Amino acid sequence: MSKTEMIALLLAGGQGSRLGVLTKNVAKPAVSYGGKYRIIDFSLSNCINSGIQTVGVLTQYQPLELNAHIGIGKPWDLDRMNGGVTILSPYLKEEVGEWYKGTANAVYQNIHFVDKISPEYVVILSGDHIYKMDYSIMLEEHKKNNADATISVIDVPVDEASRYGIMNTDQKGRIIEFEEKPKNPKSTLASMGIYIFTWEVLREYLLKDNEDTQSENDFGKNIIPSMLKDGKNLWAYQFSGYWRDVGTIQAFWESNMDLIQRVPIFNLFDPTWRIFTPNPIKPAHYIGPNGNVKTSIVTEGCMIYGVVRNSVIFPGVFIDENTVVEDSIVMTNSKIGANSYIHKSILSENVIVGNDVKIGVGESVPNDIKPSIYYCGITVIGESSYVPDEAQLGKNVVIDRFVTTDDYCSLHVPSGKSVFKGGVCD
Amino acid sequence: MKNAMGIILTGGNNGRMKELSSIRATAAVPVGGKYRAIDFILSNMVNSGITNIGVLTQYNFRSLMDHLGTGKEWDLDRKNGGLFIFPPYLSDDSSGWYKGTADAMYNNLTYLRRSSQEYVIVSVGNSIFKMNFEEMVDYHIDKDADITIAYRDMSDLYHEDLALLGIVSVDKDHRIIDFEEKPLRPKGTLGSMGIYIMRRELLIDLLEECIAHGNYDFVKDVLIKKLNSLRIYGYKFNSYWRSVSSIKMYYRCNMELLDPDVCCQLFVDGGKIYAKVKDEPPAKYNDEAEVTNSIIADGCIVEGSVENSVLFRGVTVKKGAVIKNSIIMQGSVIENGASLQNAVLDKNVLITEGKNLTGDQEWPIIVGRKTIV
Repeated sequence: MSKTEMIALLLAGGQGSRLGVLTKNVAKPAVSYGGKYRIIDFSLSNCINSGIQTVGVLTQYQPLELNAHIGIGKPWDLDRMNGGVTILSPYLKEEVGEWYKGTANAVYQNIHFVDKISPEYVVILSGDHIYKMDYSIMLEEHKKNNADATISVIDVPVDEASRYGIMNTDQKGRIIEFEEKPKNPKSTLASMGIYIFTWEVLREYLLKDNEDTQSENDFGKNIIPSMLKDGKNLWAYQFSGYWRDVGTIQAFWESNMDLIQRVPIFNLFDPTWRIFTPNPIKPAHYIGPNGNVKTSIVTEGCMIYGVVRNSVIFPGVFIDENTVVEDSIVMTNSKIGANSYIHKSILSENVIVGNDVKIGVGESVPNDIKPSIYYCGITVIGESSYVPDEAQLGKNVVIDRFVTTDDYCSLHVPSGKSVFKGGVCD
Repeated sequence: MKNAMGIILTGGNNGRMKELSSIRATAAVPVGGKYRAIDFILSNMVNSGITNIGVLTQYNFRSLMDHLGTGKEWDLDRKNGGLFIFPPYLSDDSSGWYKGTADAMYNNLTYLRRSSQEYVIVSVGNSIFKMNFEEMVDYHIDKDADITIAYRDMSDLYHEDLALLGIVSVDKDHRIIDFEEKPLRPKGTLGSMGIYIMRRELLIDLLEECIAHGNYDFVKDVLIKKLNSLRIYGYKFNSYWRSVSSIKMYYRCNMELLDPDVCCQLFVDGGKIYAKVKDEPPAKYNDEAEVTNSIIADGCIVEGSVENSVLFRGVTVKKGAVIKNSIIMQGSVIENGASLQNAVLDKNVLITEGKNLTGDQEWPIIVGRKTIV
């Protein structure tokens, strides 16, 4: 293959604000997931496993972690002489600098990147989803249908359909109508935010969209509807497999918990479709003489002296004697002291929990500052924070990033309360 | 450390490693859940700032070459220096198979000549330890030595294992006054670690002289013969060190890694130990798992009971299986109700339902690669 047939553009600029303190400092695609991965690893691994060797990653919100994670693309075999991975961040033009205004605008601003490679097709991905998918099969469909655009869709339950962009198709699968979050959905085929475009066609519509001052410069809201209006050939590609938008604390927690089932509905053990990520340089993990781990996944570099149940444990985590961790997610290099109990919580990276601590206990009261984010009973502790000895944290509690023991007004933080860095006590 | 290069000798096979080295060089023997023995010396060299490393290999080197690749995992894929692998070769002035350690280096004299570093660190490839060579080079310079040999008090080894080492005696100034290679009756407990530092030019001279006299072995024909004419000093090393040179030592070393203090010395303090990356998912524990005092690598699925054992990557332990004091290498499967005690399973072994294997506490039972029991 002398010419690059298809390249991928991965939209990784979103904050994912409903993940609360987890995305305060990183873009959503950079959030840790599944014991050793970050969310973006799934899209990137799908690319290389589908034979796509040129990937542009469009970043905007807090890109530092993401840039460091992707580097030159080595873990995904994307460190190439031809193609490989390129980080595309907003840049200064001759006179003015401009942020990416929307998903379509982000691609518009990088038309020259695509033109230089001049592929026949581009696949637009978002770095926000957990799934395994072979884009080359979707491309075959696209070519077979002689389509201008092919949109990947998934069947969702009827009562949830109004939360998605819904595609109405004819019997063969050609899209006849697109409705963004319809009140009375006519079908249950939801857009997964994965589009294959014939580049020539997309290019034309991006230029047109940029001229339109009324446009929100969004693929779902503007590009797709205007293509439909012009009678372009748009097809749906039905995907049936595990696909999750882990955009809320609840969905994020549930999707992590899907991995610990006896036969997980999402299988990471498939040797033909590996998920790649930069590997921690750490020894295999160690379970101590009194340690006990059940129904959980544990990664390299951990030292487990306590009890772990129904949990996802990231690299380098230390759990001391007589401590019980259950229904929780503990991220890289966090340390949990002795005689503690942690229930249904998410501990970010480098959290230090003292001895005799209880987290996630008491009745479930929604968080009083951000009830729309923290309401499902999960307590979240931001990166590099401390939980002092003998502290007791309720449900839906949020501990900010970099909180020290001095930031606690009281060792007892009731359900629904928050502790902030440099916070003022009542 | 820009002024030193490394040579790692991995050539010899060793009958004392039984089935484990019948298919691989001893330096390629898997250790500690995810490593191969050579990872330790390579990482030590890299952590000491050495970036020009030659690996001399002969016996069953395919697995070693496969493991090392371009040296990417150790950051040794370099334009200047990096990793060089030297299997034996035939040419007008080369003899083909290496006849000994000195002969192996002599056959690659061009590499030594072309390198620019002032010092060379020659080491065996099958030791499990963490060491910074910068200190040893400084010591070598400080002592104004011609050759410096790392040694350690090995009184924590079995007596019969001492006979597998070189035993040295030192005077008050740490100068080596006696060196016996694999003595039947060791006179002391100070063992050579098989690590030698000298100036590169001196090594070239010594090798030329050795080969010209029809000799081939670096220890017997160079070090021991030059004890009086050269200033050969000992550098005392005090931390954890094991050589995987016999089944007993290998088994014991893996079991010792279950001690968190040993683990810290090797993996936490003073630099990382790098190994080939396998991209396995996190290890998965199901409801019935009972795991205590064990090392478990990524990619394992555990439903049985595991005690005092080391599980390498991608091992499956099914329901009702019981594993005690054992080492299970990559990709092996232990089926329902099987029981293993004091066993070492090589890669991709299958222990079928209800089978029972028990070895001795000091002499584990060895199951060769791809065996179906």
